[in-house]
Amino acid sequence: MSSAKLPAKRGKTEETIVSGSQDFVTMTIADQMFGIPVLQVQDVLGHQRITRIPLAPPEVAGSLNLRGRIVTAIDVRLRLGLSPRPKEKPQMSIVVDLRGELYSLIVDSVGEVLSLSSEDFERNPATLDLRWREVSTGIYRLNNQLMVVLDVSRLLNFANMEAA
Amino acid sequence: MDDLLSEFLTETAENLSVLDVELVRLEQNPNNPELLSNIFRLVHTIKGTCGFLGLPRLERVAHASENVLGKFRDGTLTITPGAVSVILRSLDTIKGILAVLEATEAEPPGDDGVLIALLHDVEGGKEVSATGVAAAPPPPAAKPPAPKPQAAAPPPAKAVAPPPPEPEPEPEPEPEPEPEPVRAPPPVSARAPAPAPASVPAAKAKPAPKREVAVHEPEPPPPGDGGDVRDAANKESAVAAQTIRVNVDLLENLMTMVSELVLTRNQLLQILRNQKDSEFAAPLQRLNHVTSELQEGVMKTRMQPIGNAWAKLPRLVRDLAHELSKKIDLQMLGADTELDRQVLELIKDPLTHMVRNSADHGLEIGADRLRAGKTETGRITLNAYHEGGHIIIEISDDGRGLDIEKIKQKAVQNGLATEAELTTMSDQQIQQFIMKPGFSTAARVTSVSGRGVGMDVVKTNIEKIGGTIEMKSTKGKGSTFIIKIPLTLAIVSALIVECAGERFAIPQISVVELVRAASDSEHTIERLKGTPVLRLRNRLLPLVSLQSLLRLEREEGANDDETFIVVTQVGTYTFGIMVDRVFDTEEIVVKPVAPILRHIEMFSGNTILGDGSVIMILDPNGIASASGEITISEGGRGEAAAVQTARQDDRMALLLFMAGGGAPKAVPLSLVARLEDVDMATIELSNGQPVVQYRGKLMPLVPIDPAFERHGEGRQPVLVFADGDRSMGLIVDEILDIVEEKLVVQLAGDRPGYMGSAIIAGKATDVLDAGHYLTRAYKDWFGSGSSEGFEEERSHRVLLVDDSPFFRNLLTPLLSVAGYSVTTVESANEALNLCEAGETFDVIVSDIEMPGMSGLEFAQAVKNGSRWQDTPLVALSSHASARDLDRGRQAGFDDYVAKFDRDALLYTLAQTLSEHRGAA
Repeated sequence: MSSAKLPAKRGKTEETIVSGSQDFVTMTIADQMFGIPVLQVQDVLGHQRITRIPLAPPEVAGSLNLRGRIVTAIDVRLRLGLSPRPKEKPQMSIVVDLRGELYSLIVDSVGEVLSLSSEDFERNPATLDLRWREVSTGIYRLNNQLMVVLDVSRLLNFANMEAA
Repeated sequence: MDDLLSEFLTETAENLSVLDVELVRLEQNPNNPELLSNIFRLVHTIKGTCGFLGLPRLERVAHASENVLGKFRDGTLTITPGAVSVILRSLDTIKGILAVLEATEAEPPGDDGVLIALLHDVEGGKEVSATGVAAAPPPPAAKPPAPKPQAAAPPPAKAVAPPPPEPEPEPEPEPEPEPEPVRAPPPVSARAPAPAPASVPAAKAKPAPKREVAVHEPEPPPPGDGGDVRDAANKESAVAAQTIRVNVDLLENLMTMVSELVLTRNQLLQILRNQKDSEFAAPLQRLNHVTSELQEGVMKTRMQPIGNAWAKLPRLVRDLAHELSKKIDLQMLGADTELDRQVLELIKDPLTHMVRNSADHGLEIGADRLRAGKTETGRITLNAYHEGGHIIIEISDDGRGLDIEKIKQKAVQNGLATEAELTTMSDQQIQQFIMKPGFSTAARVTSVSGRGVGMDVVKTNIEKIGGTIEMKSTKGKGSTFIIKIPLTLAIVSALIVECAGERFAIPQISVVELVRAASDSEHTIERLKGTPVLRLRNRLLPLVSLQSLLRLEREEGANDDETFIVVTQVGTYTFGIMVDRVFDTEEIVVKPVAPILRHIEMFSGNTILGDGSVIMILDPNGIASASGEITISEGGRGEAAAVQTARQDDRMALLLFMAGGGAPKAVPLSLVARLEDVDMATIELSNGQPVVQYRGKLMPLVPIDPAFERHGEGRQPVLVFADGDRSMGLIVDEILDIVEEKLVVQLAGDRPGYMGSAIIAGKATDVLDAGHYLTRAYKDWFGSGSSEGFEEERSHRVLLVDDSPFFRNLLTPLLSVAGYSVTTVESANEALNLCEAGETFDVIVSDIEMPGMSGLEFAQAVKNGSRWQDTPLVALSSHASARDLDRGRQAGFDDYVAKFDRDALLYTLAQTLSEHRGAA
């Protein structure tokens, strides 16, 4: 998980739909399960000291120092149009790499890594919230719940969101 | 030493050491064609470079060796140890010459006839034995006249068998042999045999230095001289040994690592600061020093002389000159000025472009130059030098200068400005258009210029690396571009400040000073309708609240009493940034912000501080433009902004206030000395005039509102106008704001006390005639404006030439108050009419930018034999740069005053008049 080997993780998102079985890092935000392809994940962090960035979009929680690299923290709750995290609620972060830049996605908790078969994959229901549809590539049907697959590059595409 | 030469020395030394090895290998495997062609190539390279550098002696030796090698390669000559020895010897000779070359930067005089003859012999197929070769006299022996060594040549060739008997074989050819009577007196002829026995048994490669020694011994000059050269030779090449080639990536990597090390060091120091009496203190101090030195050292490895970026220019200019049929002389000064490699790479193209521009557009063709009274050969000068942590690069030509009319046409054509706008602009402002995006030079594209890099790209590139570009141009005299760039980009020193609990870094380079403002200090922040300002050395400094600018939330229980002001300068604009606390300065490594944050102009990057926290680096340029000042970096903000920027010189700070109902009122801020809040209770009546005790004196108060009545209590804002030690207060109702606007008085009003109306901050605003109130206060109070200070100038007649009614109205009362008798005219032509009409004045004050005849033309007309030619002329302009001053002086103005500088004007008038009286 060193920060040295960064590239070669892009462009995999599209494949999630086709490949037979894939591994996902699961996470929970407001009791909803989400997943990110495991290969895109650099690090999982606990609570970090975050420097706020004035004038930044509200979804940008700030920046933090990850072993000498500056990582931009994104509050996924706000990005998904959910209510802000209650103060006392613990938070965790998943560090992902997008075009050589590191981003830390702040979520409520990070779960285990699941290997999921494409048979359980389904496209986004047409009625899904627009914001969610925007950042999700599809849904996995798990035994007792559904997992939304997040597309990191779309999740971090703010300009697009502002236009929507 | 010449760069080219030192490079040649390094390279040749490298090649020679390869050759030594390769030749020995060749001797062992004579049939290896690859080896042979490699050797041939190396020798060929040496020969070629020598010829190029004008080193004939080296070239001849290398050439002869090459011939032999060529035959080896072609197979027409068999490789024998003897032949190889000859080649090796010629290499040694080359080394010897190189050593001298390195020490003296010149080839030693001499002739290598013997060696060359030997090489020719080999080439011709003659068998030369190793020993015979070794016995041959070494080339530098040939110091004295040429023929002698040649005469000596045959003996060595024959010397194979019988060594000359006379001198004893000397195993150690040290300088000691010198005193030997045998060798010292007999000149050259004796020399050749002398060293021979010494070298006979020596290994093939070895004899070289030894022979070298022997050679220098018999030289006429003292042994010391020869010794030096020998030392140099023995040490191989000092230059070569001192340099190695390193991959640039490696250096970049090293720099990154050092940057990280610096950060870690800062982190450790931070921890140390919090722990007194730590046993780590001493080693950490040491680490600190070592890191600093390491950083400096690594930075140096990245430094390259700017000449590297210029290397291609002479050729470029030569080709251009050819293509354009111009004669161009390119002068390059300060080529050894060093700057960061990264910066160097970034300015290479802009520089090339600008030189190309100068050659193509700047310089005229020869015939035109001669007609203009210049030399036929145009000159482009590049000059680079260090100045306070920056590199300044000047690119100047003595060509035709920028053609204002052409630029105007272009600007209108490309929709960058309207005709009307252009008429209000100064030449300098118009020249700035060539830096605007969209100012395409398409109409005059030649094969030379106009290759898609416009001046706007040049400007953007330079600004990208934190540099600035400035331009000066005089029609007919040429243009100069001045580029100012930082030495390095990687590590900058920054001031760490805190605002609303957040820390920020401000690059030290833009910080001028720090001011602490608190209720108990001599500086306090005052507010004009919420706009904070600070009095700093008799100036009002506009302040920017970082908190409101960055929309930070005020902390609970924050201490409002104390504020620190970081006085910041961006270009010519100085302003203060209000922060809560100031920490120390830290060396920071600038890292770019994430792409999703790039749109925030307030930040130029971010970094990791000593304590490990991430901190944003403020961009003073961004803050300046966000706080209303748009002097700088308008890049890509479109045409409107560009035009606005071009005109910003015309803008002035206006103080807006309410008084007496109706529209808001405005007065130029520069006229206002201070803003005061006067307690109504302290206002007294004296002689029917309200006065207030102010700084130990009585200050007359004039209400703008005629219906103003003294209330018993409360405070009233007062604008204080001061002149010398006199001051008067103008009572207003409410101070609204300070705005920067271009003041165009649109409706000239007849109301006394007003100059007219103008649109200011989007509202119709009455522009106050400050002069009216000044005279009211002075006339009523001090008696018709006379005072000791100006008594002398009382009767002096001043002619004021200005097209703007605003200034005429502003200055007339001012000058009258100061005791001058003022006549105003609105154009130069009118003034000249007065001249013809026989009027006389003691001094003429004229505006520069006027429709019709400009101030400069007016000055020329006046000074050029008119009746007024002895009358002193003072120029009045909103542009008072050194260059304007020069231009004014050239036109005949005796002095130059900035338009809003009232004190300077009065002072200058008094000065000019007294000087003139003195001279007359």
